[in-house]
Amino acid sequence: MTFPVITVTHGVVGYDGRPVLRDVSLTVTAGEVVAVLGANGSGKSTLIRAALGLVPLAAGTVELFGIPLRRFRQWGRIGYVPQRLGAGGGVPATVREVVASGRLARRGVLRPPGRADREAVDAALRAVGLADRAGDPVATLSGGQQQRTLIARALAGRPELLVLDEPTAGVDAASQEAFAGALHAFVADGGTVLLVAHELGPLRPLISRAVVVHHGGIAHDGAVPEPAGHHAEPDHDHVHPHGPDEPAGLWSS
Amino acid sequence: MELFQYPYMQRALIGALIIGLAAPALGIYLVQRRLALIGDGVGHVALTGVGAGLLLNRSPVLVAVIVATLGAITIELVRARGRTSGDLALALLFYGGIAGGVMLVGLSDATSANLNAYLFGSLTTISPQDLVTIGVLGATILVTMLALRPALFAVCHDEEYARVSGLPVRALNLLLAVATAVTVTIAMRAVGVLLISALMVVPVATAQQVTRGFRGTMTAAMALGLFAAGAGVWVAATADTAPGASVVLLAIASFLVVAVAGAAWRVLRRRAVPAAAPHPEPHEVILG
Repeated sequence: MTFPVITVTHGVVGYDGRPVLRDVSLTVTAGEVVAVLGANGSGKSTLIRAALGLVPLAAGTVELFGIPLRRFRQWGRIGYVPQRLGAGGGVPATVREVVASGRLARRGVLRPPGRADREAVDAALRAVGLADRAGDPVATLSGGQQQRTLIARALAGRPELLVLDEPTAGVDAASQEAFAGALHAFVADGGTVLLVAHELGPLRPLISRAVVVHHGGIAHDGAVPEPAGHHAEPDHDHVHPHGPDEPAGLWSS
Repeated sequence: MELFQYPYMQRALIGALIIGLAAPALGIYLVQRRLALIGDGVGHVALTGVGAGLLLNRSPVLVAVIVATLGAITIELVRARGRTSGDLALALLFYGGIAGGVMLVGLSDATSANLNAYLFGSLTTISPQDLVTIGVLGATILVTMLALRPALFAVCHDEEYARVSGLPVRALNLLLAVATAVTVTIAMRAVGVLLISALMVVPVATAQQVTRGFRGTMTAAMALGLFAAGAGVWVAATADTAPGASVVLLAIASFLVVAVAGAAWRVLRRRAVPAAAPHPEPHEVILG
């Protein structure tokens, strides 16, 4: 189980001439659960976005499943969980409709959804504990439930690799637990995970390796560092409440 | 009612119904990516095509399709590249389009009545050949928007996710741009350049006040577009009003009715279940 799933070699990324990542190399092999840690603005999100081709590399190379990014086409093997629901959303969409998007990587653009697609969507909704909310508009869900919708969307494609960008940021404790449960099941089935996190919370026991990004370079690659400061206290419960529930109004979608 | 015995009124009705069905089917994707007014911009550009067509003595609708398509592709490329200068570039395109149209129409032998037909629509002058064009292009738009719904939904909902799903994001965006140009050009005959966006956007805005999902919104918006187009032409025929304006005003009236009814229903429901007044945070499910 040492097949490389993601290989970033001497990756350099800059926004408007300002370097964000300088000469970063990272390899994730099959079956690993790698957490990319770092402060805000350290470049940790940029690292995984560059690995997926969402941010262009100024120098260096990326390989996915041993294939150079430019020629990589097997996107069904990857499940991507962005930080939050995309800005698109002028029109209501149900939880099931959003999760069903996760099948497109497997199915392609032209084929209509079939029974296998419906079953995979059902299974993904069950895995994150949202089966009873399938018909509800995503906009009515709490922040944590929206985040679980996004992981269900990624799981629906039955990927081999999950890439998650701050999956637990601003998510209530209960949703973090649900999240950890779904991720645990995915890893137990042999899945590979690369996730970006500010703090690990209940995901901590799952992580097999931690990579700390600092000022655009890799400062640590190995065991999960011990929590420091108030994060280490046993009663620190990592709860990040989100904003008040706004009532549905005439102009809200 | 006897007005509809005349072939020109029948053509007006059929043309309006096709556009009423196709415009919201496309418009829902534009609303979803918060580009509701893009149809308006493409309409302005199409007017330059009309002017060029009148000046060169070619079919104005045909030249407008070509010019609007080029304009829509330009807008899409600006949007995809675009940073802050994007909306300024769009503004230049919009005003350049309408000024170019007015100037070219003025240079040709066309009268101001010709220009008005494109600015505000001229359903009753649709020729049989026009109707065939509207029918074929309208059906193509409708089939494409329905058949590609999962992919177009994904691209409009979350473009980055669509890219990581391996979807041909750029091709789908260009497809939407071209479909916008085609819809605008065929709708130009019905409601006119200045009111095109209304038929793409208002039925969607009305539908999404009561629907829960994307598919439901799309179905309801198409039904509302069909209703507004049919009823608008009927009102125009019986009350002798401008057809384009009647269709759009009926669409907006439906929006107001649904908005008021929806608000009233929510108030009533809240009164009926007083315990639910301050929305509690839904309980989270804890998985073992």
